[in-house]
Amino acid sequence: MNPAYSVILFTTASGAGYGLLGLLGFAGASHGRASSLGFAFTSIAIALALITLGLLSSTFHLGRPERAWRALSQWRSSWLSREGVLAIVTYPVALAFLAAWSGLVDAPALIAPLGWLVAILCWFTVFCTAMIYASLKTIPAWNSRLTVAGYLVFSGATGATWLTVIAYCFGRFVPFQSILACATILAALLVKFIYWLRLDKRVKTFTMANATGLGEGVRQWEVPHTSENFIMKEMGYAVARNHARRLRRYCLFLLDIAFFLMAFAGDHPWLSFIALPVLMLAAWMERWLFFAQAEHVVGLFYGKPAV
Amino acid sequence: MTSLPTSTAKKLGLVIDLDTCVGCQACATSCKEWNAQGDSGPLTDTDPQGANVSGPWFNRIHGYEVKEQGQENSRIVNFPRSCLHCEEPACVTVCPTGASYKRAEDGIVLINPDTCIGCKLCSWACPYGAREYDYTQGVMKKCTLCVDRIYNTNLEPEDQVPACVKACPTGARHFGDLGDENSEVSQLVKERGGYDLLPEIGYKPTNKYLPPRARRESPLAHVEPLPKSSGSPMDRLFSWADKLLSASSSSQRVDAPDHSGKLEG
Repeated sequence: MNPAYSVILFTTASGAGYGLLGLLGFAGASHGRASSLGFAFTSIAIALALITLGLLSSTFHLGRPERAWRALSQWRSSWLSREGVLAIVTYPVALAFLAAWSGLVDAPALIAPLGWLVAILCWFTVFCTAMIYASLKTIPAWNSRLTVAGYLVFSGATGATWLTVIAYCFGRFVPFQSILACATILAALLVKFIYWLRLDKRVKTFTMANATGLGEGVRQWEVPHTSENFIMKEMGYAVARNHARRLRRYCLFLLDIAFFLMAFAGDHPWLSFIALPVLMLAAWMERWLFFAQAEHVVGLFYGKPAV
Repeated sequence: MTSLPTSTAKKLGLVIDLDTCVGCQACATSCKEWNAQGDSGPLTDTDPQGANVSGPWFNRIHGYEVKEQGQENSRIVNFPRSCLHCEEPACVTVCPTGASYKRAEDGIVLINPDTCIGCKLCSWACPYGAREYDYTQGVMKKCTLCVDRIYNTNLEPEDQVPACVKACPTGARHFGDLGDENSEVSQLVKERGGYDLLPEIGYKPTNKYLPPRARRESPLAHVEPLPKSSGSPMDRLFSWADKLLSASSSSQRVDAPDHSGKLEG
């Protein structure tokens, strides 16, 4: 699949934003009012900025962005629509939580329920994003629970690292934050390792022989076009596959570095300043590979022997 | 609404005969011609007069070479590919706007170009590559089964069929109700063993493909070796003439194009 930069930026930035916002909701629910107005406002603002950056970026993928509001209508059947609805609903709930959590509105009884609600909304939004891809039977690499696990752990890992950095800036660092980041980065490493292992070991069950119904010994003889068409551009992305293995190693290596930096961040919290860009770069590479390495079954009609 | 109808009154679709299709592209060009000005039009191309012309087509014809087991020679199978108007198409259910829909009355899958946002997710969900993006208009386009022809009473009754079916010179494309067991197309599917493309994906395509018929083994299909000379004077005369003529023609380059206009004897 063609790795569109608008979609990669969307899923990595909003993933980090929802991860951070969810953890802030969780923090509010378990600890009550925020320790300072500045910390509450800055952290929520950064989370919402990341989410908004992602959502705006995703509209660049659309042919008619001015009609984007229509995407909120089909939540009964479409994961993309569900994601849009939850993303919109999260904004007012996050602002209400901010008002209560920061102490701007004196309602301590509302902090915990609003905190939980924000956390659940964030978790479900990322879940819906992942389900857009995981529900496609046409792309066997994505049609797996590991896709959902991957999106959730990367959202958690990047969110937890952002939280550590912001908390350190405001003198609110506690080792639990870096331990959480460490654990989620380790989970991300494991999930991606299994995802790639499965991708390599998977027997390609869809074959050109079955898809065309013409049996073994079929091969493409004449292409159905005189110049490149949309299907080839969108589904036939092959450039990345040449470098995929090396990029995977780099991605796992960056995750390792981020893991060790955060492991020592308990004693030296400033290390999270280095870990954050390293982790965000790893997330970007992971998402790029996620698209570039996924094969679509339509390739079978264009001469690919098996997918 | 992108939720699917529980059942459709009719299942209009195509039956494509891979045995008789000659790959002439008449269906594809006729489709483009009709739809460029029809319901989905204009089907604009980028760089239409240039070297890199590109644009949406609803119907594309692949050519496959098939070497069947036990056969000495391979055969060419022309393979038209367009929307199969599936019974349970995920291209419709993934649509976030409701621009994609399946009609309850006849099962035709359509896109409303006025509400499509061009997110391209439907093209990802389609295993058959039936949905193409219109870069000029920023929306998705697909086969309409010529919904603006088949119910169009301004046309003569014989023209009220999809443009591809009307154009096919070998009668390889058949249009009808595949939900009706007694329809001509359903009978054809039964007789010829019509099959679904990628049934394991589970979209239940309406369109069916008729497999190429088994090849007949004809003795004439093999080139017989030349009979050996019997050594008679007449044979020796012919072999001398053959040598003489071969020598004179071998002075010509074999790969040089022949512009004489004469047919080879």
